[in-house]
Amino acid sequence: MSEHTPPTRTPAFEARLKQRYAAERRFRLLGLSSIVFSVIVLAFLLATMTINGLGGFQRVELNVPIDFTQAGLSGDASSLSQSGAVQNLQAQGLPEVVRFFAEQSLGEEGAEELNPDAWRIVAEQIVNQPSLLQQEARFSLPASADLAAGYEGEGSPEMIALADQLAKAGSLEQNFDIGFLRRADATDPQMVGIWGALKGSMLTMLVTLLLAFPIGVLAALYLEEYAPKNRWTDLIEVSINNLAAVPSIIFGLLGLAVFLWMFPNFRSAPIIGGMTLALMTMPVIVISGRNAIKAVPPSIRDGALAVGASPIQVVFHHVLPLALPGILTGTIIGMARALGETAPLLMIGMRAFVATPPDGFTSPATVLPVQIFLWSDEIDRGFVERTSAAIIVLLLFLLVMNGLAIYLRNKFEKSW
Amino acid sequence: MTVVHQNLEATEAKMNAREVSVFYGDKKAIDEVSIEIPTQYVTAFIGPSGCGKSTFLRTLNRMNDTIPSARVEGEILLDGEDIYRSKMDVVQLRARVGMVFQKPNPFPKSIYENIAYGPKIHGLAEDKGSLDEIVERSLKRAGLWDEVKDRLNDSGTALSGGQQQRLCIARAIAVDPEVILMDEPCSALDPIATAKIEELIAELNGRYAIVIVTHSMQQAARVSQRTAFFHLGKMVEYGRTTDIFTNPLEQRTQDYITGRYG
Repeated sequence: MSEHTPPTRTPAFEARLKQRYAAERRFRLLGLSSIVFSVIVLAFLLATMTINGLGGFQRVELNVPIDFTQAGLSGDASSLSQSGAVQNLQAQGLPEVVRFFAEQSLGEEGAEELNPDAWRIVAEQIVNQPSLLQQEARFSLPASADLAAGYEGEGSPEMIALADQLAKAGSLEQNFDIGFLRRADATDPQMVGIWGALKGSMLTMLVTLLLAFPIGVLAALYLEEYAPKNRWTDLIEVSINNLAAVPSIIFGLLGLAVFLWMFPNFRSAPIIGGMTLALMTMPVIVISGRNAIKAVPPSIRDGALAVGASPIQVVFHHVLPLALPGILTGTIIGMARALGETAPLLMIGMRAFVATPPDGFTSPATVLPVQIFLWSDEIDRGFVERTSAAIIVLLLFLLVMNGLAIYLRNKFEKSW
Repeated sequence: MTVVHQNLEATEAKMNAREVSVFYGDKKAIDEVSIEIPTQYVTAFIGPSGCGKSTFLRTLNRMNDTIPSARVEGEILLDGEDIYRSKMDVVQLRARVGMVFQKPNPFPKSIYENIAYGPKIHGLAEDKGSLDEIVERSLKRAGLWDEVKDRLNDSGTALSGGQQQRLCIARAIAVDPEVILMDEPCSALDPIATAKIEELIAELNGRYAIVIVTHSMQQAARVSQRTAFFHLGKMVEYGRTTDIFTNPLEQRTQDYITGRYG
């Protein structure tokens, strides 16, 4: 009987079966552990960023009550509505008024540590609300970087002692700094803001998208749908694939050599940055676009051709709508890479110190990753938290951009 | 050499192929086929796999144009006009000669949009009302109206396979073609859906010239009045369906229909 045992019922077979299951379990475990590892790393990154960065959205401020009824500033409505209102107030002696009341409430040493530009904040609030000039008001004004460091328990012992004393008196506290989201770069960490870089990033990304998306999609469509398959198109395909792998700093050099040579007045401008990044993003869109177009089943094309659609109608009515989700996925990847790019923008001068948010595509600007790079290079301790805060803003921007693209992709996704 | 049965009554020919050869690169896929497609009958192309019957069908509305290496010699006339060499536009040709494919291929759009697409791009409907009419008429002719009239906005791809194929037939007839080419329209369908399509072909017979490629000899016998037998790129025999199946003149035809190969 024994020689008739079928091969699938021998002990050797059963042993192999066990091995096969064991191999499968090991494989699953490996996959699971790599996912766990990445989640832990991601969580660690996000946690550090959040903990460090939340401080960056706050500012150490001194409370200064000012009684304008005694200050003798004249604030008629007409002078405050003009563009030179802040200068007007300066000429009337507002800085001295602020200084006087600061000395009264904080003492001479405390007033010394008021930020030199604190009076501007008072002036801006007066311009927004002229009735302040007829009353007594409390202002939260930024402390100097040294005092802020003292508040955090760092810096010279005198500063720590002074900060301690002022905090106990209720004159020194840490407040949420909404202005961080409205201001641009500054030399003082107490006065910096992210809006300049954020707006610069938005403008740059807009230029990149407007250039790279249509050119990339049209190139992909032409290569897939119209171009004859010959040595020239092969060459173009290889070149595009190589272009996608070129280090980004090379694109920066290209932008410097070509775009800035053509438009020398637009140094540091989002339009040049956007053009440079568009060069970098375009091959990614072309490659993913071609793959998405290739994935559209030929039967759909046949169906459309057979009812008499012209080739361009086949493309725009059928192929493109079906390929759009895939094209958008590629666009997300390309744009996310462009958003985080620093090196090429350094080459075209977007690392300049720009203290005002850009007004348009041609005014000097910087972008979020460059701003992060610049701040991380600063000596002043106050910049550490600001850098983390800027990273959070960058990540949120990325999240919003990707979320929008994923929403669009799901909206266009169809089954066939 | 093609054997053409001589007892064919004179019919009005809708399409006329004369010594048509098709090449894929250097390979000759169709070798000098000459055939008349009658206006009022269903013509079936039968033959073993790879015999070129689908290739020949696709030359009738120039769907082979999409294959870069394909080349056609000879002439194919539609109402006396050569579709390859005259000024006839390929878009217009395909509006006049519609096609239904082997695998149902509805557009991933609503049922309504599937039918309305052809009339829309050709500007056949003046307004929404007449477009609605075309959609309803096409679906009724395709025998699908009662099943889908309450869900015209559902996706065409959500229908069953047989319904999808009838939707594709409705899509083809929505542009009011003169000829409908069907490339093995039932090969992906179950017997019940197949029976429905065959019924539909019988109903459409007479209104349109219909050419159907089929693997099933029973199907050819059921739906067609003319049959052409293809083998190795050549048309071996052409005649009335009843004659081909009961009284073939060629040994190869005899062997194929009796199931000796194919």
